[in-house]
Amino acid sequence: MTHYVFYFLSFLAILSGLMVVFSKNPIHSVLYLVITFFAIAGHYILLNAQFLAVVHIVVYAGAIMVLFLYVLMLLNLNVSAEPVKKTWVKVAGVISGGMLLLTLVATFGKAETQPLIQKDATIGVTANLGKILFNEFALPFEISSVLLLGAMVGAIMLSKKEVNK
Amino acid sequence: METLQAIPLNHYILLSAALFSIGVMGVLLRRNAIIIFMCIELMLNAVNLLMVAFSAHHGDGKGQVFVFFIMAVAAAEVAVGLSILIMIHRNTNTTDIGFLNKLKF
Repeated sequence: MTHYVFYFLSFLAILSGLMVVFSKNPIHSVLYLVITFFAIAGHYILLNAQFLAVVHIVVYAGAIMVLFLYVLMLLNLNVSAEPVKKTWVKVAGVISGGMLLLTLVATFGKAETQPLIQKDATIGVTANLGKILFNEFALPFEISSVLLLGAMVGAIMLSKKEVNK
Repeated sequence: METLQAIPLNHYILLSAALFSIGVMGVLLRRNAIIIFMCIELMLNAVNLLMVAFSAHHGDGKGQVFVFFIMAVAAAEVAVGLSILIMIHRNTNTTDIGFLNKLKF
């Protein structure tokens, strides 16, 4: 049962990932990326990482993708007015991506052949992750809050129109 | 409590490698800067998935906490990057990266 769900979700993720790259309309790319993110959230649930699955859906499919769609519609880019690259550039891109995939598969494909055994199925629940986050990773947590504050200030500064000039 | 998933661990590695390569291919193929951003998100998610898989395999929650931090950094990166993109679009009226070649030799 888990097998079929895993392979279905993998197929869905890879197919919609390809559609992100190859669809002409940017809006369609965003929607296919949302499908990819839901497939990856399904993988997290299969791996007993329920907290991360929910956070993944909320942050990626909820916040980041809405930001992308908002910018696309704000800039009025929902028409496919993208100039095409030269053919040899496209061929070179596909070949280098394929060679990267080949190298990764040849290097890591046989690395860990034993089945994934979860010794402790409760590591992904919120209570456990919260204990780790606030005991060992308290300082990085605070630093990431400063990072988010800086990103917020930077985003507002950058996208503000300069009026008094 | 022991749950046995019969999926080999290297299938997770293969899936992540495929998603990462699709992201790299998208960065190389497309010229729209927003789609390049989306492909970067795809690469980040491939790495996240692999990290969660190994975290579950080793029974260590630190990998999942690290994924949480990566999500925070990705959110910050998208906010700043998209505002830079709006700025570029306001000044040049395009998001084509082939247009932004003033810094090259």
